[in-house]
Amino acid sequence: MDVFDALTLARFQFAFTVSFHIIFPAFSIGLASYLAVLNGLWLLTRRKVYFSLFQYWKKIFAVAFGMGVVSGLVMSYQFGTNWSVFSDKTGPVLGPMMGYEVLSAFFLEAGFLGIMLFGLKRVGETLHFIATAMVALGTFMSAFWILSVNSWMQTPAGYAINAAGQFVVTDWVAVIFNPSFPYRLVHMLLAAYLTTAFVVGGVGAWHLLKGHGNPGAKTMFSMAMWMAAIVAPIQIVAGDFHGLNTLEHQPAKIAAMEGHYDSHPGAPLILFGIPNPAESRIDYALELPRLGALILTHSWEGSIRGLNEFPPEQRPPVQIVFWSFRVMVGIGMAMLGIGVWSLLMRWRGRLFAAPWLHRAAVAMGPAGFVAVVAGWITTEVGRQPYTVYGLLKTVDSVSPIAAAAVGSSLVAFIVVYFALFGAGTFYIVRLMKKPPEKVEPDLPTDEPIRAAGINPAPALKVPGVVS
Amino acid sequence: MSPEISFDLATIWAGLIAFAVLAYVMLDGFDLGVGILFPFLPEETDRDQMMNSVAPVWDGNETWLVLGGGGLFAVFPLAYSIIMPALYAPIIGMLLALVFRGVAFEYRWKTKAGKFAWDWSFAGGSTVAAFAQGIALGALVQGIPVEGRAYAGGWWDWLTPFSLLTGVAVVVGYALLGAIWLIWKCEGRVQQQAFRHAQWTGIATVVLIGAVSVWTPFLNEAFRQKWFVWPTLLYAAPVPALLAVCVLALWNGLDGQHERQPFFAALGLFGLSFAGLCVNFYPYIVPSSVTIHEAAAPDNSLSFLLVGSVVLLPLILAYTAYSYWAFRGKVGVVGDYHH
Repeated sequence: MDVFDALTLARFQFAFTVSFHIIFPAFSIGLASYLAVLNGLWLLTRRKVYFSLFQYWKKIFAVAFGMGVVSGLVMSYQFGTNWSVFSDKTGPVLGPMMGYEVLSAFFLEAGFLGIMLFGLKRVGETLHFIATAMVALGTFMSAFWILSVNSWMQTPAGYAINAAGQFVVTDWVAVIFNPSFPYRLVHMLLAAYLTTAFVVGGVGAWHLLKGHGNPGAKTMFSMAMWMAAIVAPIQIVAGDFHGLNTLEHQPAKIAAMEGHYDSHPGAPLILFGIPNPAESRIDYALELPRLGALILTHSWEGSIRGLNEFPPEQRPPVQIVFWSFRVMVGIGMAMLGIGVWSLLMRWRGRLFAAPWLHRAAVAMGPAGFVAVVAGWITTEVGRQPYTVYGLLKTVDSVSPIAAAAVGSSLVAFIVVYFALFGAGTFYIVRLMKKPPEKVEPDLPTDEPIRAAGINPAPALKVPGVVS
Repeated sequence: MSPEISFDLATIWAGLIAFAVLAYVMLDGFDLGVGILFPFLPEETDRDQMMNSVAPVWDGNETWLVLGGGGLFAVFPLAYSIIMPALYAPIIGMLLALVFRGVAFEYRWKTKAGKFAWDWSFAGGSTVAAFAQGIALGALVQGIPVEGRAYAGGWWDWLTPFSLLTGVAVVVGYALLGAIWLIWKCEGRVQQQAFRHAQWTGIATVVLIGAVSVWTPFLNEAFRQKWFVWPTLLYAAPVPALLAVCVLALWNGLDGQHERQPFFAALGLFGLSFAGLCVNFYPYIVPSSVTIHEAAAPDNSLSFLLVGSVVLLPLILAYTAYSYWAFRGKVGVVGDYHH
């Protein structure tokens, strides 16, 4: 495979743009729910600190959501420009589902985001809370449809193939709720919640370390650590179920993740090693006997089909999948560790006086994003060489486009994304560096916020009320 | 599944996609136009005012573009998979330009020292996006070679004198829409400058629409049939006639310094030009290669998405109308924004 052929460049371009994109939704799905929780807690308890935190994270949400929308716009055209054969063949199945994704995102953006960001004084607390909850629901609906689309590509169901070679729908329920969808949806939603929890925890820990021992920093740190302690173990269990589902439908992917070339009963768990595809083995493997069989088959004697049972052209690139899987699992375990550590400190009454825990939480702040991207690399590289698993090969999906065109657009995307989203990340970090105030200032209404969408911000202001 | 039903659903969807594209051109045309006019109004306070006039609505405007593209993928996957590779460079250029101007809305207010850079990002992004859209339009109208179910041309085919002309026409046309939007939404100095820019962009737009209209029938025998041969001429003839009415209304409105007449006249100008294009296209979705019918996905795909669209689109339109209404009136200068 030539490094600079159109197919490789198109794959790299998709990997780059979608990896960049997934960071923003992962954050905004989690943050939207966090905002809804803060809003609800404030209405329930009337503690000012919840409202102050709501205002604090709302500003960060606005910037992150905006970047997600802009990078998402690129994705909706990427299928056609670089993967036109795929689009033609899968359009009747995937197109309407992506249409629903657009409609639900559109509706959310047009309807409720503006009220959540600007409308509190105009519409009252109850309607404002409903709007916040609807924003959270909208991000969930977006995730629902797009993960259904992805899952269908991994475990296609409810389709037939027509005379033109297109996939057509025979059963919409089977298409939407295809075999891997529930597992992927739960795994991704929990990942979004964990990612956000660690960002929130990292920011809280930072301000605790800086000596801004204010109620806001304490509350956000405490809430984030509850999330780490409760959700990290749930996520590990959910990941295990997702893995079992993958074993059933995509055994080659599991073999690559685990690094198993040979099939034999009582397979070991390979912790680390260097995959050696040429010799079909893992060099320098550090392994625990029989544990792999126990995890994947829930039996000491269970057998896992090794990669050697698949013809070489049907094997995914083992090195990438092997490592990205370990990065994801490693971060998941570290998150669990932080959660347990925080429980211990909380039990001793020293949650806010544990500088080493705070330092670890700051270091782990961006870890969720790394884990999300590593997880997606595992599942997307692991289903190669197919775009629609077992039915449509990646090599047969690509557009008839010259390598020069794909290459130059790839360079343009890389330059533009790093420059512009780098600037956006800089503005977000600048917002995070400010400690939460007792009375957190609202979004400035005399400047536009990109993410605000169609929203009558100034018009929603009650005359005479200074925000 | 009788053929009539399939014909109905495909035609309904062609109408809906055409509507999304027209809604996009009319709505986003204003705010792209405001960006195109940025270099002509160098005062910072003027620019603040210009940006604020579109800030609350531009994002919703742009979502029609996602709906158009996503809709095409959903209901006419064959057309989507032919058009996108054929228009590769203009589409990628447009997306990147839209990213530039999109983030400028947010970042411009977050920095003092770097403000000029985001001004350029906004103006450049708007102009390039409009130019790329115009080129894409021209390349589509002049025809796309298709073999089997795939695009069969090279990756520079989109670049022709005709597509450059349509590119310039769209930039100038959007600038006219931008100027007319500013006439409506602003007062004082910005409004006076907008009147001046509306005049020359108005003249240029009319000349360019004329040039494109005269050129188009000679691109393709089927187009020529529609405009110059009896009796199809009868259906097509009202378009140029109404166009002339709009031009007069536009000129009269600008001359008399009316605030709203030019707005509706320009909308009419764009709507009629779009109608003219639809006359040219029908029944094809990729001119002279693929018909609406051939490109349509099966009925159960069309109807599945139609159910949601029938519920959600009216709600979205109602909310859009509401927010334009909520934002009625003039935009003040910054600091004085809501008084």
